[in-house]
Amino acid sequence: MFDPKKLIRKGLPKGHFKDAAVRSLLAGVTYLVVIIAALLFGKIIVDGAPVLFKAEAPFVDFEFLTAKNETLHVFDDALGNRHQLPAAAYSAYLDKHPGEGIFNEQTFSYSGGGIAGPIVGTALLTIGSMILALFFGICAAIYLSEYAKQSPFIHAVRLAILNLAGIPSIVFGLFGFSVFVLAVPIITSTPADRSLLTFPLFFGNYFVSFQGWNSSLMAGCATLACMILPVIITASEESLRAVPQGFRDASLAMGATRWQTIRKCVLPFSLPGILTSSLLAITRVAGETAPIMFTAAVAAKDDLPWQGLKSPFDLLSSQVQALPYHIYTLAARIPSSEYTQRAQYGSVFVFLVLVAFLSAGSMILRSKLRAKLKW
Amino acid sequence: MTSAIQIQNVSFAYNTKQVLHDVSMDIPAHQITAFIGPSGCGKSTLLRCFNRINDRIPGARITAGSIKVHDIDINRSDIDLQELRRQIGMVFQKYNPFAKSIYENVAFSLRVAGQNKRATLDEIVENALKSAALWDEVKDRLHASAFGLSGGQQQRLCIARAIANQPEILLMDEPCAALDPLATLKIEELLMELKKKYTIVIVTHNMAQATRCSDKTAFMYLGKLIEFGPTMQLFENPKDPQTEAYVTGTFG
Repeated sequence: MFDPKKLIRKGLPKGHFKDAAVRSLLAGVTYLVVIIAALLFGKIIVDGAPVLFKAEAPFVDFEFLTAKNETLHVFDDALGNRHQLPAAAYSAYLDKHPGEGIFNEQTFSYSGGGIAGPIVGTALLTIGSMILALFFGICAAIYLSEYAKQSPFIHAVRLAILNLAGIPSIVFGLFGFSVFVLAVPIITSTPADRSLLTFPLFFGNYFVSFQGWNSSLMAGCATLACMILPVIITASEESLRAVPQGFRDASLAMGATRWQTIRKCVLPFSLPGILTSSLLAITRVAGETAPIMFTAAVAAKDDLPWQGLKSPFDLLSSQVQALPYHIYTLAARIPSSEYTQRAQYGSVFVFLVLVAFLSAGSMILRSKLRAKLKW
Repeated sequence: MTSAIQIQNVSFAYNTKQVLHDVSMDIPAHQITAFIGPSGCGKSTLLRCFNRINDRIPGARITAGSIKVHDIDINRSDIDLQELRRQIGMVFQKYNPFAKSIYENVAFSLRVAGQNKRATLDEIVENALKSAALWDEVKDRLHASAFGLSGGQQQRLCIARAIANQPEILLMDEPCAALDPLATLKIEELLMELKKKYTIVIVTHNMAQATRCSDKTAFMYLGKLIEFGPTMQLFENPKDPQTEAYVTGTFG
């Protein structure tokens, strides 16, 4: 029998306390994560922001961004004033005040000057590896999604690529070291002794020598590109597949060739998706330390990457400083003290700001492209 | 009456699944031929053989027989596929304009054929849009996105796009399936205009549509051509009991 009175409950809803408990547990976990993130970023911003920003105009300490990285000298002069000077300013000071005493001198490696070298190095590594990875990644994705027959072999290839994405970055670093640094071929007039295989080219003036690219910008770019290739291939393939089948049918039915179809009707519409995936890759490339440790990065370098070059090729074959590696050096390889904090927190803060800018820029680009391309 | 497409004993299979069995018919030029039949009877597959768009489906192949256009077997391996598809245009069930402007949609087939002269493109685009009865509705927004158009307009845009190539034959795979009755009516009126210039083959689920606009009708069932004849005769006086059952609605 239907009893209308049963529709009105007495007291609290059924399971009220259980629901409330579950709800507050879930909320608690969520806010705990938020609090941890806030503490982390808060600490870096509180300690790092004063390095980059100043109270007076122009409010940004450009010197920290544009000066070379140097050793910091801390000392007292004869009057008991404490000085903190980077190496170049320190020797200028000595020249200016000859014969005056220097007391309690301490030096801190990598802690003086600015971080121009690491910033530029990271930028070069990022750009180089993204160009490589996008080229190879998009080519592979087009082949996999548009040309390859869906055979068990292609399925296995796809699975292998997916699995590559899970390999730890240090393994890519070692791979890059053994392949790009030590083994890949170069064309040279003077092969190194450790060359794995050498054969002459033209009339014997040049040789193809499998001796690797040494630790260099291009070895680092190649290693980083390998690391993010699986991400880019997988995501590019997905966004290629997301382009409606009807576009391909229509294009082919109108007499376009397969490549015309891909170039005009598939690629343009999948680019936003591909860019979205590369956005994640950019921040990862800019942030990884392990792959560049053995292949490209150097802790101290006097010249900026483009200084003292004999040819453009020298830029690619020279080592660079890089922000994440610089942070690692500052954090782990020098004794920490009140004098090193400026460099340490400043670098991390700048790094965070850079990554934030990169993400924001790519997101804006993406949403603009999205607005243009809809179906 | 000349025939535009001669289909001789065609059998067709997706991998091991036989979809068409020994189909033979002559599709007359400058008329509208309708293919009717229940879903899965092979009528779309047959249509898609005419411009070899099935090629891109792995495992799809003609196992026997031939399809001839102007006495040339279009399944020869040395066929210029691009040229074939320029001569035999196709309009799909779900209207599928590109995410480009209205103008670029119609100009697409010309651009892929290497035609990039502005004046020529302008002229052909205008003519194609006029032939598709769309010009008056879009002439002020040629460079706006094709997605701003209504469903019926988008389908007419696809027709304009297909006839910009000046094909001989126009294949239509249920062109009105995704449209409302008014848009359908417009397309049907358009078909009557287009058949003066083109040979039209239309696949339809809508038997009323077949009677309204086709000259000849083919009824297919389970991959076989059951009956092919003038539309009026097929609907009013079918020879085959299966056709009769289908057109009178006792099955299907």
